[in-house]
Amino acid sequence: MYKFLLLVFVFCYINVNAQEQAMQLVQKVKAKLDVVNDYTAEGKMRTDVTFIKAPVGKVKVYYKKPNKFRLERNGGISILPKGGISINISSMIVVNGYMALDAGTAVVGTTNTRVIKLLPNAENSDIILSTLYIDEANLVIRKSVTTTRENGTYEMEMFYGKFISYGLPDKVIFSFNTKDYKLPKGVTLELDDVDQATKEKMKGKKGKVEIIYANYAINSGLAESIFK
Amino acid sequence: MWKHLQIELYKIFHRPRTYLAFAAITALIGVIQLGLKVDGKEYTEFVMADFAGSFSVDGKILNGYFICYVILQLLLVHVPLLIALIAADMISGEANMGTLRLLLTKPQSRTEILLAKFFASVIYTILLLIWIAIMGLFLSMAIFGTDDLFIMKSSYVVVVKSSDVFWRYCGAFCFAALAMTTVAALGFFLSFFAENSIGPIVATMSVIIVCTILSTMNIPLFNLIKPYLFTSHMVTWKEFFDFKVNDANEAIIGSIQYPEKIIKSAIVLVLHIIGFVAGGIWYFKKKDVLS
Repeated sequence: MYKFLLLVFVFCYINVNAQEQAMQLVQKVKAKLDVVNDYTAEGKMRTDVTFIKAPVGKVKVYYKKPNKFRLERNGGISILPKGGISINISSMIVVNGYMALDAGTAVVGTTNTRVIKLLPNAENSDIILSTLYIDEANLVIRKSVTTTRENGTYEMEMFYGKFISYGLPDKVIFSFNTKDYKLPKGVTLELDDVDQATKEKMKGKKGKVEIIYANYAINSGLAESIFK
Repeated sequence: MWKHLQIELYKIFHRPRTYLAFAAITALIGVIQLGLKVDGKEYTEFVMADFAGSFSVDGKILNGYFICYVILQLLLVHVPLLIALIAADMISGEANMGTLRLLLTKPQSRTEILLAKFFASVIYTILLLIWIAIMGLFLSMAIFGTDDLFIMKSSYVVVVKSSDVFWRYCGAFCFAALAMTTVAALGFFLSFFAENSIGPIVATMSVIIVCTILSTMNIPLFNLIKPYLFTSHMVTWKEFFDFKVNDANEAIIGSIQYPEKIIKSAIVLVLHIIGFVAGGIWYFKKKDVLS
């Protein structure tokens, strides 16, 4: 009986300890990101969705703590999937009140990461589950998979370079499932015939939006009016 | 023939009905531009209702390039009527007025006289399209400004970079000129068979309406004849607004998705023009002109 109780105690201790460690790791990453109050970055955006043909365009992004984000295309038209996605790292962990669970380790690219699952405490939160792949050595998020109530599951992969000390990536690849997205019929005013092979090609592929950042201007004191 | 062409152009541009076509184009484009200037936002919201539910589109969609695309889609269905008003009157109008016999007493051959008449109707057609370009493209650019061109096709969305749009419009208008010349050739051909203008004008429009319906209906029986109908090829100007992408789905600036479609359609239209004009001349050369 004592042995059984001891086993339960040890199991609970390990479990609670793992949760605490996971929570601490997330807090460390968040603390690193908190150094950045605001930033402006210029970059190039490429949309890779089978049913969208769009040129690579120059973009400018603005971010201000805690979660203000604006993406502006330099004099052109940009198409981004909806879903509360700001394509910024802070949005992945700025969830007020969450539970962090350690889910082991995984390799993202060539980097060993710790997998942390974040469960929001609020019942009406749009995010149901967020899985973060954290590079413990550099305290940065390498990848995240977020499941939302309204907009399905999307994935973000980050590649770091000279701004790794601020936790800011040089490249972000945002992936989402395109099978749920449908083009309207009847209002297109087009009568083009698309062959079956092209239609098949357009089905069931993941859509990607890739942003390659350059020229980060960090903590320059962005005005609130930019986000209005 | 040059002298005769000048005379034919003089005749065309001294008829009030010629300017009626230009006035109609001005009014139609003006109405579209006014409507889109006042309620353009609602129009784009309606067109993109479902798409906007899944994607957020940021930018100036309602720009001069987009307005011109809408105008071309709407107008190129109705412009054939305005062309038929002149082209289908070229021979039948002379017969109706009793001047055809007098015209043929000139020292030129019948072929030369007929070709001068046909080329005069082609010049009118091209001038009408230039007017559409001035009103539909340049005026829209002045009123609404320019930006990337956003087009929703039935299976995909195309965003053409603003710097890559203008040459596509040049190509599209050149192709539209070829398509409208086919309409002029049809009207010209039918004008040989009547002694009043109404018959060939109505017949030209009837042929275009029937062929357009056959081209549009997706029924296997009609699919067999579609490639041979000139109306199936008249809409190929839209191919200028679709580009190739590489393996990473990156747009290849300056490319056209299916250039072979444009070449094929152009060949079919040229063959129709040659067929209608040659057929008309052949018929007319054998005809005993009594009017």
